[in-house]
Amino acid sequence: MNYTVVKNNQRISVNSIPVVKYEDFMDTIVSGLMQDKNNHCANYFGYHYESKIKLVCCIADDANHCIYILSSVVDQNIILPSFTAHNLSFEKFEREIHENFGVDYSDHPWLKPVRYPFNANDKSKTIANYPFYQIESEELHEVGVGPIHAGVIEPGHFRFICNGEQILHLEIQLGYQHRGIEQLFLEKKSLLQKTTLAENIAGDTVIGHTSTFAKLWENLCGYTTTPELEFARTLALEHERIAIHTGDLSAICTDIAYQLGSSVFGRLRTPVINYFQQWGGNRLAKGLIRPGKTNFPFTKELANKWYDVFNAYEPDFTEMVKELFDLPSALARLEKTGVVSTEVAESIGIVGMAARASGVNRDIRLSHADGLYEKLNHKPIVKLHGDVFSRALIRKEEIFQSIEYIKQLLKDIPENLKYETNLNTPEPGSFVISLTEGWRGEICHCAITDYKGELIMYKIKDTSFHNWLALALSVRNNEISDFPICNKSFNLSYCGHDL
Amino acid sequence: MLNSLKIVYHQGKQYIPDVTTVEVPGIFRGRPIISNVKVDTEKLIEICPTHAINAEPVSIDLGKCTFCGECAFAFPDKIRFTKDYKLSTNERKGLIVSEGEDKPIDLNPDIVRKEIYRLFGGSLKLRQVSAAGDNSCEWELNAAGNVNFDMGRFGIEFVASPRHADGIVITGPISENMAEPLQICYDATPDPKIIILAGTDAISGGIFEGSSALDRSFLNKYKIDLFIAGNPVHPLSFINGVLHLIRKTK
Ligand code: SF4
Repeated sequence: MNYTVVKNNQRISVNSIPVVKYEDFMDTIVSGLMQDKNNHCANYFGYHYESKIKLVCCIADDANHCIYILSSVVDQNIILPSFTAHNLSFEKFEREIHENFGVDYSDHPWLKPVRYPFNANDKSKTIANYPFYQIESEELHEVGVGPIHAGVIEPGHFRFICNGEQILHLEIQLGYQHRGIEQLFLEKKSLLQKTTLAENIAGDTVIGHTSTFAKLWENLCGYTTTPELEFARTLALEHERIAIHTGDLSAICTDIAYQLGSSVFGRLRTPVINYFQQWGGNRLAKGLIRPGKTNFPFTKELANKWYDVFNAYEPDFTEMVKELFDLPSALARLEKTGVVSTEVAESIGIVGMAARASGVNRDIRLSHADGLYEKLNHKPIVKLHGDVFSRALIRKEEIFQSIEYIKQLLKDIPENLKYETNLNTPEPGSFVISLTEGWRGEICHCAITDYKGELIMYKIKDTSFHNWLALALSVRNNEISDFPICNKSFNLSYCGHDL
Repeated sequence: MLNSLKIVYHQGKQYIPDVTTVEVPGIFRGRPIISNVKVDTEKLIEICPTHAINAEPVSIDLGKCTFCGECAFAFPDKIRFTKDYKLSTNERKGLIVSEGEDKPIDLNPDIVRKEIYRLFGGSLKLRQVSAAGDNSCEWELNAAGNVNFDMGRFGIEFVASPRHADGIVITGPISENMAEPLQICYDATPDPKIIILAGTDAISGGIFEGSSALDRSFLNKYKIDLFIAGNPVHPLSFINGVLHLIRKTK
């Protein structure tokens, strides 16, 4: 067999990952595994290995709830045939491998820089000289936006090619947020430092990324996550989903100039994020998740407080969403805007909420469920149209769903056991992949340790890594004035992409 | 229409009447108090992920602190975080809290530039630059303008263009890739202009300190008018900090 099969969070010996010739590697993935619609690429990365590059590919099988791992060792600066020429979902992964290690691809259709990292293979390329796609024409014009945007948001550059008001093409250039975070995971030695890094991967997805890291680390150390920790993390993950989805509905209303919705959803979010502060002392839940322990055990009192918040939230939220989704002038802006068809979604391999809005049933809570999701009997919410409306509607329905899940969880609060850290150091020569369905979608962290148990590779993939391309494609043939709502409807992470 | 009015009615009053005195809910980690109790300082210093703790006297640099609270969990008799969200000063050293002290973090009025009170006291327009910020401070700065915190009532607002701004607010540890855009934005802001650093990452680099992907040289070139600690900055910390800077206290 050319690959090994693992479950989410399962630790294996790094030596048990088959190393195969690049042709076989490519053949197994492109002509084999990826032919099955239930499979998608969860992660594909390289790292330095005895003066060569080891490529590791992780293909998630959503139907059989497992992940196939395989690898290949190639020379630096070699020229290879690309996966992307056959399957577009590898597009960014291969660009990253090219940018970081100089591996060249003979037939990659779009071999451009991803993020201009500090450790790029070719340092002569600078972010100011990104090779934008251009069309020579008297009729067309270009619009450049960013890196600094009009609002208080993260930086990125958008280059539109327009025909009058209509967008023909959008190219999104990122990299401004690059902080070298994967390298810092190797350099910063204490566990608290690594955990703090995980919390700062994307400050809007603190629970999503930190619990992914925590689960990965616990499994790397041979620690079995206790039910108390699982309970708290599941609850927090769903609560984070409610908080951010509510804020997103506010932002979508802002962008269609619907003041009432913008204010009401905005203020409804406040008690939801304040709840995190009541629980763990920080509105965005920094400090709440720790590998092997928690500093803030969940109590009956916290459960009552949660009910206080949501008894007030639910009627006002219900009233507001009813108004919004019945309002013709709002619907006119949302429906058929920024469409990503199921076909496109599948071909570029998008994940998470945006995938489900386009009819692709991809949800780690179902396909690679860990913790309590099996017990909750999670059923992903799927919409078919792939427009801004679908992505707004999915938020509304996921909010109600998450509220229900938390209510179910609260019926059975684990008794307060003593929370002690007795984590060992990571096992030597190990590999772990950890997947979580954050509010945006799939989060994937992978780690490899050396013979001493020190990290030699830490790889983070945020949902956004798959989905930025979906945004670029969704705005084609839309009016440029609809770009803001398209953008908000995806609400992708820049820092989670650039790391 | 009727529905909309009903919705408006159901909102009641959402704004915080006095943002300078309101108490935050729950267990917010704000300004710490360090007691004089003797502890194993070496162990204490070792805990801190960002080297914010120093010995002799034991002190915490809130410009480096991520407010993770771990030091206080390990040494509850030594360190206690209060709910005081006023975490701003105009001197870098003003963010250092030493053992045995329990005094508010304050501005040094002698070094506030004179034109600040005169020109910006009633209205301050700011351009925000996220320079590799993790989107948590950005969220909180947006929240500062929402209907709950409503800093617009003091004439403080974020604007779309540096040309309309009286200063810039930097978040994030400043990546190398953002160094040039930040400089361009600052240069485009008309004089006189102020610089505010919001959050631990901006003030010291935070957990990203030492990363090869950063370029923080911009900060060596200019006087920083306000440092606001937090990870992320709480909206109340931001509003109080800015108010304190632009309005003379009686
Ligand atoms: S709370 Fe601040 S000082 Fe204490 S350990 Fe955390 S970062 Fe260090």
